[in-house]
Amino acid sequence: MRGPDAHGRFGPFGGRYVPETLMNALIDLEQAFRQCIDDQSFQEDLHTLLEEYAGRPTSLHEASRLSDALGGARIWLKREDLLHTGAHKINNALGQGLLARRMGKRAIIAETGAGQHGVASATVAALLGLTCHVYMGEEDMRRQQLNVFRMQLLGAHVVPVTSGTRTLKDAGNEALRQWVAQVEHTAYMLGSAVGPHPYPMIVRAFQRIIGKETRQQFLARCNTLPDVLVACVGGGSNAIGFFDAFVDDASVQLIGVEAAGSGLDTDAHAATVSKGTPGVFQGSLSLVLQDRHGQVLPAHSISAGLDYPGIGPEHAYLHHINRAQYVAVTDDEAMHAVEVLARHEGIIAALETAHAVAYVLKCAPRMPRDAHIVLCVSGRGDKDVSTMMAYKEAHA
Amino acid sequence: MNALHTTFAALRKQGTVACIPFVTVGDPDLEVTRALLPALAAAGAHVIELGVPYSDPLADGPVIQRATARALAHGTTIGDVLQLAQDTRIDGLDVPLVLFSYINPIMQYGINALIADAARSGISGLIVPDLPYEEAQDVRATARDHGIALIPLVAPTSHARIASIVAHADGFVYCVSSLGVTGERASFASEGFALIETVASLTDVPVCVGFGISAPEHVAQFSRCCDGIIVGSALVRTIEQHSEALLDRSRRVQATRDVAHFLRTLFSQSSGGAQ
Repeated sequence: MRGPDAHGRFGPFGGRYVPETLMNALIDLEQAFRQCIDDQSFQEDLHTLLEEYAGRPTSLHEASRLSDALGGARIWLKREDLLHTGAHKINNALGQGLLARRMGKRAIIAETGAGQHGVASATVAALLGLTCHVYMGEEDMRRQQLNVFRMQLLGAHVVPVTSGTRTLKDAGNEALRQWVAQVEHTAYMLGSAVGPHPYPMIVRAFQRIIGKETRQQFLARCNTLPDVLVACVGGGSNAIGFFDAFVDDASVQLIGVEAAGSGLDTDAHAATVSKGTPGVFQGSLSLVLQDRHGQVLPAHSISAGLDYPGIGPEHAYLHHINRAQYVAVTDDEAMHAVEVLARHEGIIAALETAHAVAYVLKCAPRMPRDAHIVLCVSGRGDKDVSTMMAYKEAHA
Repeated sequence: MNALHTTFAALRKQGTVACIPFVTVGDPDLEVTRALLPALAAAGAHVIELGVPYSDPLADGPVIQRATARALAHGTTIGDVLQLAQDTRIDGLDVPLVLFSYINPIMQYGINALIADAARSGISGLIVPDLPYEEAQDVRATARDHGIALIPLVAPTSHARIASIVAHADGFVYCVSSLGVTGERASFASEGFALIETVASLTDVPVCVGFGISAPEHVAQFSRCCDGIIVGSALVRTIEQHSEALLDRSRRVQATRDVAHFLRTLFSQSSGGAQ
């Protein structure tokens, strides 16, 4: 039985822990979503946009040179990086944008870490004629200047968030606070599979196209299912959309790769499953990096999109029932993986994606030549080149 | 009998609106909070809300966010807040105390343990701003067993939910005056007043209002239609402005009086008025 249940729970995780002011908005959103998802004209509109505007279906590319170099399993890449705006985030932004328009909302607000969801939101707002405010931590604005400028070019207002660690977690808090103040006319476009019910369910629904296409494409090419799927996990939206079509196939191993930052033996990481404990954070019960008094701890990752101390409740559940495994790779491993993938396949992956690549570099050589790994290339690395340059200079 | 019931029953008889200050415990430090509480009581507080600092206060605006950060900078915990409640009883404070905490610190302490310890520490009520009634079964049942009132919030957007929420209400109902997070407002639209009226028509439990109340005119306006008024951000900002003097033992007594004076002034025009 796939969650969530009527209370928004995936097993013990999920739920709705928000100020009362937001409760009816979440209930209305859930209702509107359930209507749209069964509505043919909504599905047609979304399908058309995904195909003609965003560039779906994305290809499934066999990474032959990389596979040969590693000498183990055959590696396949699901190319979400080829989508308009450069990452899987556009799938969800188009879905939630259409939903907002159906609900009669004229304005959207969004949070962003790496800026990919912010850019996707700003893009969809421009396309659908909605006003858009994107909340972004000051630290992330510094790390992702290119995306800040892209959002501004698209006509969005980027609002710097100066509280806390000035990263994704604080942007999420501030977006929720702003939503509380203008809930009746504004849609909150949440970018990851986190937050209060129904967001984890909605984000999964709009991202499940990744796994659905992968399954069809892989079956058509190989007439079997892959052995392992690997995706990076911050909040976990690309991973949940990628895994979704395979969750019932027990033979397919699902692996989420978190950011180990400077290392799991340090305080500077974002490995929520490896190091977190159950708690409520940003509206749902899941695993959280926190101290024993329930204060949320700052996360660290070189990748702004993974720099988050929480994780979507469905991932916590898949971990809980041992259906998916979660591993962590360090900043250094991710940076190395960017170069390996670039030099063998001509693809510069986003730093988020690079974490998944790094894990594949470790596990593929240990697997037989007839095994298949599919890696979700969740985004392209253009936004990260200045971070990469700074890293290389510091480690020269 | 719960001390909140006794206090509100007495106030209703007198026709006095309850003065309910909120403080973030540990801002600027625990010793200062301990010194402030008797001063607030002397300035007319009928109930005091003790705010537990939490790293990600979703319902709070910048003033309480800053107070929270100051309190967390020296590691204030929910256990410290309960200890403070006990200490103030030793100091002779007798106004009912309400614990205000986000759910995660409560969960990590353990719901049963927290409520049992709160009862032992002389806490009368509990407000959890991110625990809507659908998620509150465990907390509500445990609180009831220990004689602690779980005080629900209702918002201008609650509409059809109001009846179900107030059906479970105990202690008082906390009406959110207007949309938005905590923080001072210049004025209030009619929605807050309409909300209070709706809630009052559905329950005999006292109806209090908070969020944004920061001027004597606000208190005067709301005191005509509700049983109590909660003052958070405006008071917390005053504490912030006096924090240097509050931290200096030689200036603390005067600074404490200044903060208390602010509260007294706010309520100077209320019907019945705080003494």
